[in-house]
Amino acid sequence: MRGITAWATYLPFRRLDRGDIAAVAGKGGGRGTRTVASFDEDPTTMAVEAGRRATRSLGIHPDLLLFGSVNPAYADKTNATAIHAALRLDESCGAFDLGLSPRSALAGVLLAAQGAGSALVVSGDIRTGLAGSVAESAGGDAGAAIVIGDDSPEAPVLAEIIGTSSRTAEFVDRWRTPGEPHSKVWDEAFAQTRYMPLGSEAFHAALVDAGVEADQVAAVAISAPTPRISAAVAKNIGLSNVVDDFSQTVGQCGAAQPGLMLAHLLESASPRDIVVLVSLSDGADVIVMRTTEAIAADRHAPTVTDQAAGGAPVSYGKFLSWRGTLQVDPPRRPEPQRVSATAAARSTDWKFGFVASVDPETGSVHLPPLRVSADGERTDAMGQRPMADVSATIATFTIDRVAFSPSPPIVFAVVDFDGGGRLPLEVCDCDESEVEIGQRVEMTFRLLHTVDGIPNYFWKARLQRG
Amino acid sequence: MGSHGIKDQIAIIGMGCTRFVEHWDKGLDDLIISAADAAYASAGIDKADVDAYWFGTAQGGMSGITMARPLQLQNKPVTRVENYCATGSEALRQAAYAVASGAYDIAMALGAEKTKDSGFQGLNATPPPNDGTGRTLTAAAMFSMVSPAYGQKYDVSSDEMRQATAHVAQKNHANGARNPLAQFQREVTLDTICGSPTIAGDLGVFDCAGVADGAAAVIICRAEDAHKYCDDPLYIKALSFVAGNGSGLTDPDYDYTTFPEIAACAIDAYDQAEITNPSAEIAMAEVHDCFTITEIVLMEDLQFSERGHAWREMLDGRFDRQGDMPVNVDGGLKSFGHPVGASGLRMLYEAWLQLRGKAGDERQIETVNSERNLALTHNLGGYPGEMVSFIAIVGTELD
Repeated sequence: MRGITAWATYLPFRRLDRGDIAAVAGKGGGRGTRTVASFDEDPTTMAVEAGRRATRSLGIHPDLLLFGSVNPAYADKTNATAIHAALRLDESCGAFDLGLSPRSALAGVLLAAQGAGSALVVSGDIRTGLAGSVAESAGGDAGAAIVIGDDSPEAPVLAEIIGTSSRTAEFVDRWRTPGEPHSKVWDEAFAQTRYMPLGSEAFHAALVDAGVEADQVAAVAISAPTPRISAAVAKNIGLSNVVDDFSQTVGQCGAAQPGLMLAHLLESASPRDIVVLVSLSDGADVIVMRTTEAIAADRHAPTVTDQAAGGAPVSYGKFLSWRGTLQVDPPRRPEPQRVSATAAARSTDWKFGFVASVDPETGSVHLPPLRVSADGERTDAMGQRPMADVSATIATFTIDRVAFSPSPPIVFAVVDFDGGGRLPLEVCDCDESEVEIGQRVEMTFRLLHTVDGIPNYFWKARLQRG
Repeated sequence: MGSHGIKDQIAIIGMGCTRFVEHWDKGLDDLIISAADAAYASAGIDKADVDAYWFGTAQGGMSGITMARPLQLQNKPVTRVENYCATGSEALRQAAYAVASGAYDIAMALGAEKTKDSGFQGLNATPPPNDGTGRTLTAAAMFSMVSPAYGQKYDVSSDEMRQATAHVAQKNHANGARNPLAQFQREVTLDTICGSPTIAGDLGVFDCAGVADGAAAVIICRAEDAHKYCDDPLYIKALSFVAGNGSGLTDPDYDYTTFPEIAACAIDAYDQAEITNPSAEIAMAEVHDCFTITEIVLMEDLQFSERGHAWREMLDGRFDRQGDMPVNVDGGLKSFGHPVGASGLRMLYEAWLQLRGKAGDERQIETVNSERNLALTHNLGGYPGEMVSFIAIVGTELD
């Protein structure tokens, strides 16, 4: 039996109230909210966060990592390698990028379903457009991770993939020249006329492939370019059991959208349900699944629903500055330097994996890792101590109003890790008035800055909430 | 093995110091020439009489050529040194050891920094290429964590801490107001200090040292030769240096209420100088008041105050110009300004004036006498948890 053995999603902390847009842009906006990646997040970091959640409880290591994003940090260089490093996957695990369309990550799921071994398919996207545009208000930011593999005691299949079908069509409904920040869209009504037959044909073909009838389907999730297209396709097929697409709270999250919908579909399912994912992007892709008994025992927290209900507001002004639409005068301090590729390559375990050293003689934990023990007595006698999933407590903190930051001021804390080790770290996703000594924090993989096209990834602390 | 020091082996026979200020019309070369010429004149010697040079600059330039070229030194050994904010002091330390070794008869240590050409706020270091995981905080942010920790440990309210740190700023500005070489020659009220906008944590603008351009120089020789050049030389009693191992940043036991590197440096310095009661034997101190709270903690790490008492003694005026232990009589980093590589030798310059009774009627302290004729200068560089510390002790008499 082959199918989905784990999944997880990541919704960033901030929410933009669409009602705030028109007052500034003079147009656009609408009802509800959308998720907003912080200034220090990108598709890679959100894919890492989702990937961490998906693999944390997994008893196996993936053999393959696939990454899909509409707007990845790098061209010419594989983005999945940073995710591979941050997740500390095996060296033998291949890591590949899937391309630049919203269809990319779902392609990874379909390919993995046909393949062998265990595959982790991650996606992440930050979607926006010009101020006041539909792309800006209807877009959302998210990461998603799906693990596909064969049933095993360590990683039981939670949803067996029992049928798939794809339809492909060449037409231009949305496009972007590589390097440009914003996408453009054709008339939505035109796209709707294309997706309606494509969705219907793929849906019915997938049911045939799975050998099930439409009335056996417990729930359907539709990942569509817009809610209107989703509704039209659902109506055309005659579906009455479509799950929420979070368009009123999260928005359309590009390459992460199918993963988000798949996750929500499974989080809503009971054992032995037949559930169907319909993804509409440059054609139609449909996956029919039958959930297993194991899905009842699996913990999926935080669910998409949990995360969509959480978060905290961000002002439209800050949103615009985070996306680079509004450039804020930086502090009169030096900008960061380009990361040294060679230095970063030597410290992959620390920089990406957040692996400290531990002194077996004293038990003391060193962040960053030391070759020589803290007492100066022993060289190269240290063990490794992964810290990414270790919680910590704020020992003291400060607010730096002068240091360079894309979103000043910097909240900065000295954090003490459970089981030993201390590190001064930037605290993200919080207001400066929220921080207190004694608060609990967890680690999160972030983009510190990008200089000369090289993103500088490292870890920050995030307040534990809820 | 041991740290023995070179007590009474080296004499200071001349010094020079520029004003520390935004020298928009002077470059590093001009500052070097000004300080060097003042020092030559002070010692009554010619450039050619100096056998070797140590040049301290944090970011002013690379190699000894940065000094040799503007001064047009003729085939002289010039060593550029850098040790964070203790750079100028480190130049003196190396020069003193070289002369004490017998390698040279006369040496100059000169510190100079042109901080204001960068166009940036505050002090800025340019780190070598790295993996991008290092902290990017300002020094102000790192030091801003000290005052709350100190207050919590010694049960001092935040209002009392504010009053004590504001007193440091008020005192040092009052001292700078009387000093024609200081960057800020203006007294500042407590209301202004406490009402200034915050930079980091609770640290306001007036809690931070001034950033300035400037240079200072010292000429030294062997103690037995001192009176060939100078009727009233100073003698080096101790030169102590500690480079921290950065453990405070990563050690959960570090509580941000003390600077262990400085406490260790002080023990070594007093040992070298054979001082058993610093407050009784030392007449004045010039310390690294990069931020107001720093000066309070330094009073304890340098053993002038008991732990937890310095804030109160600061408020009581003990460290004022007319107090029992005058600290930063020249205005300190706070109002004299802080051109990184020059600051250590600027401190020594104040000791040079005060111990010899040459500070002028308005500024001369009254604690110097035949029983109490030592001065302490202290630099730190870096942050709480990861710093270097330098201490010099100089005096008017040979033991």
